[in-house]
Amino acid sequence: MKKRREFFGGVLAGVPIALGYLSVSFAFGISAVRAGLSCLEASAISLSCLTSAGQVAGVDIIASGGTLLEMAAVQFTINLRYALMGISLSQNLHKSFTLPHRLIAAYGITDEIFAVCSVREQPLTPAFMYGAVMISTAGWITGTFVGAFAGSALPEAVTSALGIVIYGMFIAIIVPAAKKNAGVLFAALLAAAVSVGCRHFAPKISSGFTVIICALAASAAAAALFPRADEEEQVSGE
Amino acid sequence: MKTAVYILVMAGATYLIRMMPFAFFTKKIESRFIRNMLYYMPYAVLTAMTIPSIFESTGSLLTAAVGTAAAFIAAYAELPLIVVALAAAAGVFAAGLF
Repeated sequence: MKKRREFFGGVLAGVPIALGYLSVSFAFGISAVRAGLSCLEASAISLSCLTSAGQVAGVDIIASGGTLLEMAAVQFTINLRYALMGISLSQNLHKSFTLPHRLIAAYGITDEIFAVCSVREQPLTPAFMYGAVMISTAGWITGTFVGAFAGSALPEAVTSALGIVIYGMFIAIIVPAAKKNAGVLFAALLAAAVSVGCRHFAPKISSGFTVIICALAASAAAAALFPRADEEEQVSGE
Repeated sequence: MKTAVYILVMAGATYLIRMMPFAFFTKKIESRFIRNMLYYMPYAVLTAMTIPSIFESTGSLLTAAVGTAAAFIAAYAELPLIVVALAAAAGVFAAGLF
């Protein structure tokens, strides 16, 4: 079955994401409990939000007794990049991706899932995205639960080696594409420079905003300097 | 119970911002410039998330640098995604032994 193959393709693409999530959410679980949340609450946050920076900020607001309006506003701002990614994904969807599927799959738009879904050449199917989302979410929730429950029981050498897995996956996506395409190389180098610059000179800017700034600046500059020929673009999927 | 309300608002806001553009933005973008931007965007996003954070991901600049180099070499050789990801972890683990 084609659907089944797509689903397992998504699961496979999601394995490194899940491994990376495991370690990041593990750290989140520990810090959430330190901030006074229960193990169940921390896991419920991970299940319902599936986002790193937003959750950390959210726990801060809960711990400091902030207002609900503040909570909503902060989540909107930090997660604004997902709106951008949603628009990008919407441009190359398979025709089987109907509105109900989009309503469900939207839950799983994260930086990493966006990445594996958007760099494929063929139009995105619900089955592929569900596969990637399911395994990633499983990793995210498991890590949170274990982190919240068992605290710092895992040996340091293991957690620190796990911490880099997700970035290794990013490198696996960026480098081969940059090798073949000067525009991609340029966009990546510029994004790296802007990102380092933000961290260095404007550490107050949240990581979510830094991603937005880099994404817009680097992709606009690359689009202006390295316009692609029309033929190589998607005409697929209607 | 107060925490439950916080979580509800948090999850609701996060879902809405993901769902609205993805579910309801269905027309094709005509502008070639914007389409080009969208093509380059995932690579910009990924790089911005990777650098400089990768160097802080293990708690030691040295092990992180070894892991990064291992991943870079594996990626340059165009090995499968999971192999590259695990090469990074293996590099960190190996460097941590010394």
